[in-house]
Amino acid sequence: MKSTPVFMSYTRGDLLNLLVLMVLGFVLIPFVVPTDYWYSSILIPWLCLSLAAIGQQIVMGYAGQLALGAAGFMAAGAFALFNLELRLPFLGFPVNLVLSGLVAAAFGVLFGLPSLRVRGIYLMVATLASQFFIIWMIDKFGWFKNYDTSGIITAQDIVIFGREFTAPLEMYLVVLVVVTILTILAINMTRGSTGRNWMAVRDMDIAAESMGISLLKTKLQAFAISAFFCGVAGALFAFTYLKSMEPVAFDIKLSFRILFMVILGGLGTISGAFIGAAFILLFPVVLNTLGNEIFHGMVDATIISSIELVVFGVLIILFMIYEPLGMAKLWENIKARINSRRGAETSMKQNRKAD
Amino acid sequence: MPDTRSFMIGAPILEVSNVSLSFGGVRAITDTSFKVLQHEIKAIIGPNGAGKSSLLNCINGIYRPQEGSIWFKGKSLQKITPNAIAREGISRTFQNLALFRRMSVLDNILVGRKLHMNAHFLAVAFQMPSAREEERLNVERCEEIIEFLEITDIRDTPVGKLPYGLQKKVELGRALATEAEVLLLDEPMAGMNVEEKREMCRFILKVNEELGTTIVLIEHDMGVVMDISDNVVVLDYGKVIGDGPPDDIRNNQKVIDAYLGVAHD
Ligand SMILES: Nc1ncnc2c1ncn2[C@@H]1O[C@H](COP(=O)(O)OP(=O)(O)OP(=O)(O)O)[C@@H](O)[C@H]1O
Ligand SMILES: [Mg+2]
Repeated sequence: MKSTPVFMSYTRGDLLNLLVLMVLGFVLIPFVVPTDYWYSSILIPWLCLSLAAIGQQIVMGYAGQLALGAAGFMAAGAFALFNLELRLPFLGFPVNLVLSGLVAAAFGVLFGLPSLRVRGIYLMVATLASQFFIIWMIDKFGWFKNYDTSGIITAQDIVIFGREFTAPLEMYLVVLVVVTILTILAINMTRGSTGRNWMAVRDMDIAAESMGISLLKTKLQAFAISAFFCGVAGALFAFTYLKSMEPVAFDIKLSFRILFMVILGGLGTISGAFIGAAFILLFPVVLNTLGNEIFHGMVDATIISSIELVVFGVLIILFMIYEPLGMAKLWENIKARINSRRGAETSMKQNRKAD
Repeated sequence: MPDTRSFMIGAPILEVSNVSLSFGGVRAITDTSFKVLQHEIKAIIGPNGAGKSSLLNCINGIYRPQEGSIWFKGKSLQKITPNAIAREGISRTFQNLALFRRMSVLDNILVGRKLHMNAHFLAVAFQMPSAREEERLNVERCEEIIEFLEITDIRDTPVGKLPYGLQKKVELGRALATEAEVLLLDEPMAGMNVEEKREMCRFILKVNEELGTTIVLIEHDMGVVMDISDNVVVLDYGKVIGDGPPDDIRNNQKVIDAYLGVAHD
């Protein structure tokens, strides 16, 4: 039996996990991590990309729609926030952030339409169109970049209720708050009737439809919510990590990286989004460091980045074959094994006592 | 059959009239008509490939017959999608199990409650009291079904990991959860042993007797069919060759021929 909820629909274990993570993120890290490098180069992009990966997770891991183009929605969110901050600054950063997510969600619905007709690899190709269209649109119409020709457009400073958040630690906290809230909302949806409808469509669409689920509504809803998450993630990514507005940062390669995060992290789990993002983000860093430390720069950077791609490719194939539920599931298995071993040990001790 | 039912068999609730369906050149159903009466258990029998499953798929909107029409409570079911037909009050199970494999037994059955759960996704996301109350009530309802089907011990198991017989039970549970007026059951007892079949019959009869649910059932086991159905319609090569109470069907020469494999002309 599942343990019973103690607060809303959360069990004791859920609340404990949440508490530990919150203390870690909001208290421990700000106290023990002194260098800006960690905030601006590791923690902030990790949180932003994890959020985008949750978006990808919703449409792909939960609703089962093989969509590719998360970076396009991220670009939509980023440029929406840039324009909102520019043209409607009086609304304030929090409201504008939500609005930029909604702009991305509108694109999500539009580019989710092919999912009503095609599936699998064909849908992947169709959704790729969103990627190219959004970037093309931003480049084509000068209005989106406020007719800036210098090529470098800096993102506005984040100001919330008259207070500026510009230091790396401050920006990290802003991102953390947004990611925490949206993650909790995502967990609530995936555990509730909303997520059940998505998963039913994923696992057996004909049966889902026969139970009264509208495929049209459910798929488009998943696309919209997914794009909302990606849009907010993209806006935060541009404003706190890139600190500038550049469409090339949201190219197809980023879409693929987000796809890999979800596959490696584990399809259909929220924690998988965070684990996958950490892996994809940190692995190149580790590889580079190794390259420098061991081979003292004798190995070319291009070779290292090729190694990176090969390793990702091999890992993805291995996971698809042996553990389709990804690293999140692997972690669960390890935990279960440790627990059962502990259980075995205690029962052995008890047996010995009985002797 | 001892009559313990609290609902007397009534007027036609579902009418299939002159339905024809073909796939490319293959004729699956030819000019088929029959009626299903309210609160009855109606069996559809016939040899393999006779078009039984195709007929259920037509009723539930998965297939569109090229000719003819299907009426439910005086309303035409033509040109509406399976989810709209579910809303009208028709639910079903599938011949080749169509469960949500990665979801738990409870979650599978909860999907059957879909039409009773209307919480907006924002209400779910923000855990509004209305959404939590809705979830609680429907989980409770599903727990009752799980208890009724005697599968409490597998409540949280992903259905993909269950043996075939149990999966069949879960699928029945999901269909029951809809509280539809009409249940279409496509070979609910296929591949089961005698004991399991008897149990399944008990569930089906109980639902029919206590809730008055009209049941349309495809089944190959003649013993079962003759035992539990009020009326039987026999299909052969996509055509109706018999329709009536079990005793009449048993003595129908055409049916005997079809089942004894007498050459067709
Ligand atoms: N989707 C489809 N595409 C092509 N042909 C089909 C399709 N569905 C059914 N058929 C054909 O229609 C005919 C009737 O099939 P159907 O599945 O309805 O038979 P059945 O009476 O349910 O048989 P069984 O007892 O084996 O389940 C068969 O010849 C089958 O090959
Ligand atoms: Mg069949």
